Amino acid sequence: MAKKNTSSPASPAVQGAAAGSSARDTAVGYMHSMLLQRRFEEKAAEAYAIGKIGGFCHLYIGQEAVSTGTLSVLRSDDYVITAYRDHGLALVRGMTPRTVMAELFGRAAGCSGGKGGSMHLFDRKLNFLGGHGIVGGHLPIATGVGFAISYRGGDQVCVCFFGEAAVNIGAFHEALNMASLWNLPVVFIIENNRYGMGTAIGRSTAQQDVVKRAAAYAMIGTSIDGQDVYGVHDEMAAAVERARKEHRPTLVEVRTTRFMGHSMSDAASGTYRSKQELDESMQRDPIQLLKKKMLADGSLTEEHFAKLDEEAKVAAQDAWDFADAAPEPAPEELFAHVLSDGPTADTAGYVEAGR
Amino acid sequence: MTVMTYRDALNQALREELKRDDSVFLMGEEVAEYDGAYKVSRGLLDEFGPKRIVDTPITELGFAGVGVGAAMVGLRPIIEFMTWNFALLALDQVVNAAAKMSYMSNGQFPMPMVFRGPNGAALQLGAQHSQAWESWLAHIPGLKVVTPGTPADAKGLLKAAIRDNNPVIVLEGEMLYNTKGEVDENPDLIVPIGKAELKREGDHCTIVTFGKMVLVALQAADQLAKQGVNVDVVDLRTVRPMDVDAIANSVAKTNRAVVVEEGWEVCGIGAQVVDYIQRECFDDLDAPVVRVHQADVPMPYAKNLEKLAKPDAAKVIAAVKRVMYLGD
Ligand SMILES: Cc1ncc(C[n+]2csc(CCOP(=O)(O)OP(=O)(O)O)c2C)c(N)n1
Ligand SMILES: [Mg+2]
Repeated sequence: MAKKNTSSPASPAVQGAAAGSSARDTAVGYMHSMLLQRRFEEKAAEAYAIGKIGGFCHLYIGQEAVSTGTLSVLRSDDYVITAYRDHGLALVRGMTPRTVMAELFGRAAGCSGGKGGSMHLFDRKLNFLGGHGIVGGHLPIATGVGFAISYRGGDQVCVCFFGEAAVNIGAFHEALNMASLWNLPVVFIIENNRYGMGTAIGRSTAQQDVVKRAAAYAMIGTSIDGQDVYGVHDEMAAAVERARKEHRPTLVEVRTTRFMGHSMSDAASGTYRSKQELDESMQRDPIQLLKKKMLADGSLTEEHFAKLDEEAKVAAQDAWDFADAAPEPAPEELFAHVLSDGPTADTAGYVEAGR
Repeated sequence: MTVMTYRDALNQALREELKRDDSVFLMGEEVAEYDGAYKVSRGLLDEFGPKRIVDTPITELGFAGVGVGAAMVGLRPIIEFMTWNFALLALDQVVNAAAKMSYMSNGQFPMPMVFRGPNGAALQLGAQHSQAWESWLAHIPGLKVVTPGTPADAKGLLKAAIRDNNPVIVLEGEMLYNTKGEVDENPDLIVPIGKAELKREGDHCTIVTFGKMVLVALQAADQLAKQGVNVDVVDLRTVRPMDVDAIANSVAKTNRAVVVEEGWEVCGIGAQVVDYIQRECFDDLDAPVVRVHQADVPMPYAKNLEKLAKPDAAKVIAAVKRVMYLGD
């Protein structure tokens, strides 16, 4: 049952970037999208520091042009899958700041009912297939999504994001080989921020030019600057087109920088990355680069930027307020969704039995 | 005796054994330059150098196999998994290679190696990062599985594991690393694998436990004592091979037992303990044995649900009262 969806709208969250809109609207849409991610995560960091968010929390700050540029080329029936560094992608795909923040706060109104947490954001309606915590684990899953698209004769695409350190795990090799062998519509995106936790790429990866690995799978591989949202958009448009029209996977290396530590429990610089190196990389802040370009070409004024920034801050604060007031999951949720047949046990009985 | 953290006790064990035997090396993700994801290997790179303290790529299956290969030809690898959740990727090497090499080769290739790292839940790490694998690993003939719950046992059991000529699984706990206790600094002392320890004595009921739940059981025991209920706390320390005599001796005395474990119920370590009890102590029992364990669900992230899912002192107390037919 092939269902063609060629006229589906672009991903909802990068408004203004849809085909047919003016160049200025596109630029403003990008700016809005990146500012929202930035301000949202700054709020999340604040909430983490006072214990409103627990567990592991990996911020995307510095990498926002990758999510914004890539998802701007997708249709709403395409699929997105990523690792644990997933807040930015979830927001850009169209999850509301409220539902993401509620998930981080562990509240029932969160996108995963409070049961997933920061690393496991899911939204079926948006074809957002998660937030995955095991390095490399979701790459074969992306290949499986591509398989299902091809099986049904659809023309959707699956885009799969992962860090450069994930190229060393066996699942990477297995997933890319099958995707190419079977001509599956998957775009594999290496977000190369040069570090996997505290390990610089040179200490973990024999072939540091990671995109060369594409050759091993007879796959096209490209490498781009991930701080330039336009560059990301253009390259991803080509890769997505290749997947959609030619059913060929692509490996795209996006060179970027995480401005923060690996997770909230880790310093941004220090032992494994020098402050100087980080400071230099931060000169290429994707938001500032876009701002500079827009100011230069007249598509933005300082006042307009301040207004967009304020809107993002208001949305982030609103998300906090919403999440903070939202109820925790009901105890009955403990046994709900273990299987799809309904709850596997009765929480009240379980509590009474004192287990 | 010195008071130190569980983390430092492990660190001391590693340091002493690395010093004692130069065929011992430590390998894993972030173990060297980063001092270990949980700082267990702090300072070891400086002291022993990069040949013996080896950072790896994120390739659990690969470096577990490297350990097996090195052990086949005479080294004594210590393979660290950042957490046991990630060791699932390496289980082929642990189960199909390390656990069987001696047997398949008719004893020609013993496997003097250690696989270690934190196991079980910490706080709000969610479903993929909060799993206790004792029963999976203890299921496998050819492995030994130790589960230290205190700093002294952490040091002594890790040393014993490193010296053992078999693959030994050492299950630590992220929530244990900062706990403190007295540790003997004598570098020759080890805690023998396969020997339980009575961590507390009482006549009314036996609590059999291990690993992270030892502290929980002791907390429960303290509170029960205030209510006039005195329990034996049998810390198995090793879940394979299990010290059945220690369990049986205690149950013969108390006639009642509660088994506490961190992991899931179905086919858990507790099921094995109950089996030993029914075989060895059938006529001693005054009540059915009750088990305390994690709720039968993947670990939820939300704080309230996580608390509900985890075994804790209140649940242990309720179980002890149940086997003693005491009301609240
Ligand atoms: C199989 C596995 N091993 C180890 C870990 C622990 N871990 C989580 S993230 C990470 C580093 C990953 O780095 P990279 O792939 O570059 O992504 P980034 O964090 O830079 O986005 C490690 C080692 C894990 N989650 N899964
Ligand atoms: Mg990285």
